[in-house]
Amino acid sequence: MTALLAVVIGILYGAGLYLVMRRSIVKLVLGLGLLTHAANLLIFTMGRVSRDGAPIVPPGAAELTAPYSDPVPQALVLTAIVISFGVQAFLLVLVKLAHRATGTDDLDALRSTDQ
Amino acid sequence: MLTSILLLFAASSLAPLAHRALGKRAGVCLAAVPALLFAHFVGQLGSVTAGRASAESWDWVAGLGIRLAFHLDGLSLLFALLVTGIGALVLVYGAGYLEGDPRLPRFSAAMLFFMAAMLGLVLADDAIALFVFWELTSVSSYLLIGFDHEQEKARKSALQALFVTGAGGLAMLAGLLLLGEAAGTLQLSALGAEAARIQGHSLHLPALLLILLGAFTKSAQFPFHFWLPGAMAAPSPVSAYLHSATMVKAGIYLLARLNPALGGTDAWHYLVILAGATTLVTGAVLAYGQTDLKRLLAFTTVSALGTLTLLVGISTEHSARAAMAFLLVHALYKAALFLGVGAIDHEAGTRDVRELGGLARAMPLTAFAVCASALSMAGLPPLFGYVAKEFFHEAKQEVPRAAAWVSTASFFGSALVAAAAGLVAWRPFFGRRRSQLSAHEAPPALWLGPVLLALLGVALGLFPGSLAVPLIQPAASAMRGEPTVVELAPWLGLSPALVQSLLMLAAGAVLYAVHDRALAALAPLRGLAKLGPDRGYQALMAGLVALARAQTRALQNGVLGVYLLVTIGSAVALAGYALFSRVALAAPAGGGVRLGEAAVALAMVVGAIAVIRARTTLIGVAALGVVGYGVAVIFLLFGGPDLALTQFAIETLSVLLFVLVLRRLPPMRQLSPPSEHLRDGFVAVAGGLFVTALVLAATATPHATPLRDWFAANSLAAANGRNVVNVILVDFRAFDTLGEITVLAVAALGVAALLRLRPEDRKESL
Repeated sequence: MTALLAVVIGILYGAGLYLVMRRSIVKLVLGLGLLTHAANLLIFTMGRVSRDGAPIVPPGAAELTAPYSDPVPQALVLTAIVISFGVQAFLLVLVKLAHRATGTDDLDALRSTDQ
Repeated sequence: MLTSILLLFAASSLAPLAHRALGKRAGVCLAAVPALLFAHFVGQLGSVTAGRASAESWDWVAGLGIRLAFHLDGLSLLFALLVTGIGALVLVYGAGYLEGDPRLPRFSAAMLFFMAAMLGLVLADDAIALFVFWELTSVSSYLLIGFDHEQEKARKSALQALFVTGAGGLAMLAGLLLLGEAAGTLQLSALGAEAARIQGHSLHLPALLLILLGAFTKSAQFPFHFWLPGAMAAPSPVSAYLHSATMVKAGIYLLARLNPALGGTDAWHYLVILAGATTLVTGAVLAYGQTDLKRLLAFTTVSALGTLTLLVGISTEHSARAAMAFLLVHALYKAALFLGVGAIDHEAGTRDVRELGGLARAMPLTAFAVCASALSMAGLPPLFGYVAKEFFHEAKQEVPRAAAWVSTASFFGSALVAAAAGLVAWRPFFGRRRSQLSAHEAPPALWLGPVLLALLGVALGLFPGSLAVPLIQPAASAMRGEPTVVELAPWLGLSPALVQSLLMLAAGAVLYAVHDRALAALAPLRGLAKLGPDRGYQALMAGLVALARAQTRALQNGVLGVYLLVTIGSAVALAGYALFSRVALAAPAGGGVRLGEAAVALAMVVGAIAVIRARTTLIGVAALGVVGYGVAVIFLLFGGPDLALTQFAIETLSVLLFVLVLRRLPPMRQLSPPSEHLRDGFVAVAGGLFVTALVLAATATPHATPLRDWFAANSLAAANGRNVVNVILVDFRAFDTLGEITVLAVAALGVAALLRLRPEDRKESL
């Protein structure tokens, strides 16, 4: 499964990188979204994927006993998901206003600050 | 010794204040600092002559074995005396030369700063300390040469000197480090003992070449001689100081200092002697072709530096004493000549030999100083220049293999310099008096220095045994790294050297007599001068600027896509190289793929491709949502229910936000041409492949689990929580979560602020 995830992450990265290099500002935003998903999956995979179950101490037990999946990358990803949402929301509003102010969605046309 | 250097630095920083507080007396008061140091170094003569070198040392960068170390032996002492003695005279002279000029405080400050750097250079006993002082002399000489900074020529000359000597300085640093590697020490006074080890080391030749590059640029050796005449844009006292005793002699000092460690090899002989002899002749020929006295002196300086380099290159007992004698006499007469010419310029308003004449009666003291010095330069007895010249004639017989060539070349060089000396001595002072009728003797400040220096030259020539030997013998010993006996007599008898001297003077006299006609005859050749190395320097500078412009235009073009392309491309290429050159890739073992998992993966891949191919924003957002939900399912399948929950919620919010905000945008257009798609596609595919390889390589390494195990053991016990991920977020790493919340709050504030910002079109709502 790790190999398959590696391929999926690679494809998501490739697609995201391709989109952020486009001139259309909407594609840039979508590309950043893809990169966010890809990065989260990458961190998650670094904890080694296993179907062994969530890192939750079962009732009655005093501590977690193997097998369980690694909680540390999960904690990192959880933070990352929330933060990327905040950044994305800000970016979207910024893009919208920039489009309304300049009337273009072409990044190459946004080179000057006085339009 | 550190105290002496710090004293000069302190005087430099106090110079502007001193000028404000003391007015006209400030120049003399400031000159008292180097004068006192001169007296201090004279006091050291006895112990140094007796062979006792003194040393000081402090840890500087202990981890790298770099020390702030100073060492006073004969060579350092000779230079220290010249630096402080001539420095004091030049400061007095400068105060008179620039009297009433508002820039005088700046002159004194820069001069003292340079003096401190130069003194540090000749006293330093650590290669790195030497380099630091070396660079300080380059920087402060930039300020001095560019003193008339409102003149474009001065600025350009200063920059040229800085570039040439600065580039050489960097080469020298590399060379010194290689030398330190080969010798096992950075201590200069300990290098001589390691000569055999250094010269047998594989780094010997690169170190030698780099160090020679540094020395040759600093000492204006051919083909780097062009910056020195350019530096004549500086005021006369600056030229007198930089080009007699200090700046340009630093390269000679370095060669002499490293002679015990590097000298005597074939490479040393060939390179140093060839450079010296070529410079000697080039400088002499160019000097003979000048009519401006200052430029003429500049080119004789080039020639003299060639002579010194030649002598150091020969590195025999005779050449060492000749080098040190010539070094001393050249510093004395050249400083006096530059100062004297400055006085002529100051009084008569011109430095052109064709316009000067008959000033001897009006300026008797200056005339004496200049004539005595010029005759010393020509090598006439009984002046000290004659003694040095005799030594030179002896030494050049010892050039390995090419004695005849070098002898002939230096014979003509010396004859040309003698003719040039005639021009300096005779033309301004004798013959018919020309236009400058109002000229009269310069004020005492302007003749004191030259006269003292000229008298010193005469005294050394008359009593060389008692006056010059204490200076030259320890210096020659230090240069050779072994005790060297120097015997000096004013009259060496009817030797072959004497015959050569006479012949050379006769040739010089003939050349002097035909100077006007020679210049007229050679006038058509003046265009050739433009083809010199200066032209190469100009082309290099123009090329540098053009290159900077071209790369700025290519890289800093203001197109976001290109920036990202370069950044992503470089990151992928460099990190990919690092990954693939170190790690062998192998498919991870086991695990297997279930049908449902494969279906989710397929859906995500299709979603990603759909985002790329989407024609409308809505389709793009929907496809991105598919990928996001796919990620959530993966989290769910592989033991991350909290992640899955969060991802589902956030993804739903994201899609809604996208649709709300972007729904009015136009369809996604194809903006870039197909060639750019191909180019970006290539980089993107490379990036994707790299990440896949990275994941495979990272998951193939053993899984380090101390954190996981600690949290697993302590979650319930220490934090009373069963869901370990939640416990990490809200308890063990609660401050991280606080940071996360802060980011969200800031983003929310930003969104709110942006929504309030309505540049135009108030009717349109989001």
